[in-house]
Amino acid sequence: MHTFEFIRPTDSAAAIAAAAQSKTAQQGADVRFMGGGTTLIDLMKLNVETPARVLDINRLPFDKIELMPDGGLKIGATVRNSDLAYDPHVQRDYFVLSQAILNGASAQIRNMATVAGNLLQRTRCMYFRDTAMPCNKREPSSGCPAIAGSNRTLAILGASEHCIATNPSDMCVAMAALEAKIHVQGPKGPRAIAFGDFHLLPGSTPHRETVLEPGDLITHVTLPPPIAGSKQVYLKLRDRASYEFALASAAVVLTITSGNITRARIALGGVGTKPWRSPEAEAALMGKAANDATLRQAAEAALRGAKPQSENGFKIELARRCLTHALRTAAAS
Amino acid sequence: MSDDDPQSCPPDPTRRKFLLTTGSSVAASLVGAYVPALANSAAGGSNSAAAGEGPNIEGTVPITLRINSKDHQLRVDPRTTLLDCIRETVALTGTKKGCDHGQCGACTVHVNGRRVLSCLNLAIMHDGDEITTIEGLGTPDALHPMQAAFLACDGYQCGYCTSGQIMSAVALLKEPCGSDDAAVKELMSGNICRCGAYANIVTAIQQVRKRA
Repeated sequence: MHTFEFIRPTDSAAAIAAAAQSKTAQQGADVRFMGGGTTLIDLMKLNVETPARVLDINRLPFDKIELMPDGGLKIGATVRNSDLAYDPHVQRDYFVLSQAILNGASAQIRNMATVAGNLLQRTRCMYFRDTAMPCNKREPSSGCPAIAGSNRTLAILGASEHCIATNPSDMCVAMAALEAKIHVQGPKGPRAIAFGDFHLLPGSTPHRETVLEPGDLITHVTLPPPIAGSKQVYLKLRDRASYEFALASAAVVLTITSGNITRARIALGGVGTKPWRSPEAEAALMGKAANDATLRQAAEAALRGAKPQSENGFKIELARRCLTHALRTAAAS
Repeated sequence: MSDDDPQSCPPDPTRRKFLLTTGSSVAASLVGAYVPALANSAAGGSNSAAAGEGPNIEGTVPITLRINSKDHQLRVDPRTTLLDCIRETVALTGTKKGCDHGQCGACTVHVNGRRVLSCLNLAIMHDGDEITTIEGLGTPDALHPMQAAFLACDGYQCGYCTSGQIMSAVALLKEPCGSDDAAVKELMSGNICRCGAYANIVTAIQQVRKRA
């Protein structure tokens, strides 16, 4: 691990001012905020991340979950994943989020990992994590050995010729389906970012993963008011039963009135280069009878644009079946 | 007493102490700076650690770590993980280093009563926090019920993952966890056992939960 200066800012203004001095908020940032450390310390040990300054934000006042006047939920940036998953409001009104979080990592890691940190979780692509290998995400223009190499777990949706790395987060998949908003305080003031606009596709700049700029501090995430009577399911398929990243996962939020689907929000995990909202699947479900044929058509639509790599063609059918099963479970609940 | 009874063993027969007494000249030349800390601990030490424990090297920063209800005033390089600090600086070697990347659970400790991975934490982040390691759970004369259950149920083979398993299991007692074995397995999935003692580990945990 490279040496760094450890700083504990006394307030968010100081944290933002210190972070604003970084040349980038993306890969290679020379200033990093430290939350739970579960991603950052891991990558610092691997010398994938080498910040000169680490700003510990754990004692800033962002550790609360609060009900908002409109009935939505405000989740502080440093709320631990376990506290969010077991929060009574989340368990009652946003069950898909609780399920997604509890399907991720281990109890120890969920006790450490923060909400903002999970939003910024980095890919598990082995080439990204190995500084002896080229990687366009880690070192722009160095190449992507995953395309001709080991890519069984990598993306089938949203990839480019420069990067096929999967976004590994479970929490983000549920937040995409719940249409969360990410609230950022930056050198130019506060702003709110729609969940779907927060993560970027790799394109020709895979080292840019989010819209964050130097000094941008995620302060909280908000969830819209709960949809009464919505049916919510998170289903995750993986190589072992627990403590493993998804090969395919699906977050489903459905409203069914008199047998017809009147509202559908669908997102996939483990298959995309970002948390993968599927407007195609949602359109295929809207207004239709909640029968097996409809659900299968929606899963077909969600994977229509999928492109397999040399080792991960199985993920297309796996993701289809994952989404179909999640939809069936939701419809039957 | 049977040979299996831990209380029939000679007091504190650690490999570390054995090596310190039989190979001190070799150890001193090989591991230099670490030996004094280990020797202090092995000799029983005092209840309050010396101020500024650890070498005063440029770039190190002073912190106070409260481990097992005892304050340790230390100087650490900011890069020092909580795990390395506990093992190498404070010389509490019950906490184990497995993968050092958050994938095995061997380094599990409690911070403010919650289980965390000490390998993915910096020591400097825990100035003032209440840290509990396996040494703070029980003693050979007064085992924590979970330690006793692991012994009674044979919840280990080589023992390397055991302190992490027990720290996880003790934390689980206070977490939302269903009553069946499947719920225990799910919440213990962050602790890997290469010997495969999982079945007996679940039995030990369930035994403690049923008695609670």
